[in-house]
Amino acid sequence: MAKVKARDVFVMGIWKENPVVVQVLGICSALAVTNSMSNAFVMGLGLIFVTAFSELTVSLLRKYTPKHIRMMVQVLIISAFVIIVDIYLKAYLPNVSKALGPYVGLIITNCIIMGRCEVFAQKNRPMISFIDGIFNGIGYTAVLLIVAFARELLGFGTLFGIPVMGASWVNWVIMIMPPGAFFMLALVVWGINTLRDRQELSKSAEEVKAR
Amino acid sequence: MSELNPFVLFTASIFTSNMILANFLGMCSFIAVSKDIKTSLGLGQAVTFVLTFTTVINYLLYKYVLIPMGLEYLRYIVFIISIAAFVQLVEMIVERHLPVLHHALGIFLPLITVNCAILGVSLFMVIRRYSLVQSLAFGFGSGVGWTMAIVALAGLKKRLNESRVPKGLRGAGITLIITGLMALGFMGFSGMMQIS
Repeated sequence: MAKVKARDVFVMGIWKENPVVVQVLGICSALAVTNSMSNAFVMGLGLIFVTAFSELTVSLLRKYTPKHIRMMVQVLIISAFVIIVDIYLKAYLPNVSKALGPYVGLIITNCIIMGRCEVFAQKNRPMISFIDGIFNGIGYTAVLLIVAFARELLGFGTLFGIPVMGASWVNWVIMIMPPGAFFMLALVVWGINTLRDRQELSKSAEEVKAR
Repeated sequence: MSELNPFVLFTASIFTSNMILANFLGMCSFIAVSKDIKTSLGLGQAVTFVLTFTTVINYLLYKYVLIPMGLEYLRYIVFIISIAAFVQLVEMIVERHLPVLHHALGIFLPLITVNCAILGVSLFMVIRRYSLVQSLAFGFGSGVGWTMAIVALAGLKKRLNESRVPKGLRGAGITLIITGLMALGFMGFSGMMQIS
């Protein structure tokens, strides 16, 4: 693969190939942790950390990893970083750690990380893989925060635990229940896909004009 | 929590705390594979089988290896290795001795290692401190519940092919909405029993 520029990686990870919205990867946790902004934020940070460092490590080891066991090696690398995140959360943010429950551990099977390691880090230099990991993580976190924003605002009337909707606000309980997560993520996917289609349409219209 | 009757746990893990509809686990393959009923049923069977056994294996590993050695924090690595190893083992045995079953399940087995439902159930089992029998019931029930949800979705999707869906919503979007409606339906069971 030719040299990949940092800017392309940025656009790809956050917008063009956003892991959650476009590739529909890693939505298990995207749905589960978005009932509050702070959970989503911590989860996002954890994922950015794990993705970036796993990609870095996989990329560093890419010439020494035998082809047929590379999946297993990747899983082990990812698990090691997840354990670091888990221990850190338990020590410094015990409440969040409890709220996230098994979903921290489930970062291991988050298809985003495996996918990026396999598709990108396996073929590219360490530094650019690291950056790719960061931006894919940010793309994931952005979607998480959008969904969590709507769910927490409507479901609890709060943002990051601070009441913002006033005393007369009636909580939409459905938003913090599982169905709310599905509906909200579907709406986000819908919105972003429509925007993207429109962008592509106007781009192709310009090309036609230029001719 | 730990005095729950295994049968209650089994039923609850199918209806009220369904892996997909209440805990969002195993969504990736849920969305990707649920294209026709037969395939979904095959994957569901494979997941149920692996889930039941790996939950028990991981329970034994956790209780008799990790805790005595004080290595609880290594459980993620140990669980994922035991799941991967078990899947590999099953694949080899089935291929050698049960060609008919291999024909039915074969292509699904490798997919299962990265199915978050499998690891998720093992992690829930640790967090909720289930006993051996409870773990067995929970693992099996979760598998049955997962199968039911994916087969139901595949059936719904068949209808979807003939209906007009807004363009931006096609694919993942509409699947999420349908799943949301299913989750809403399953919430009706929540009065029956509560775990967690």
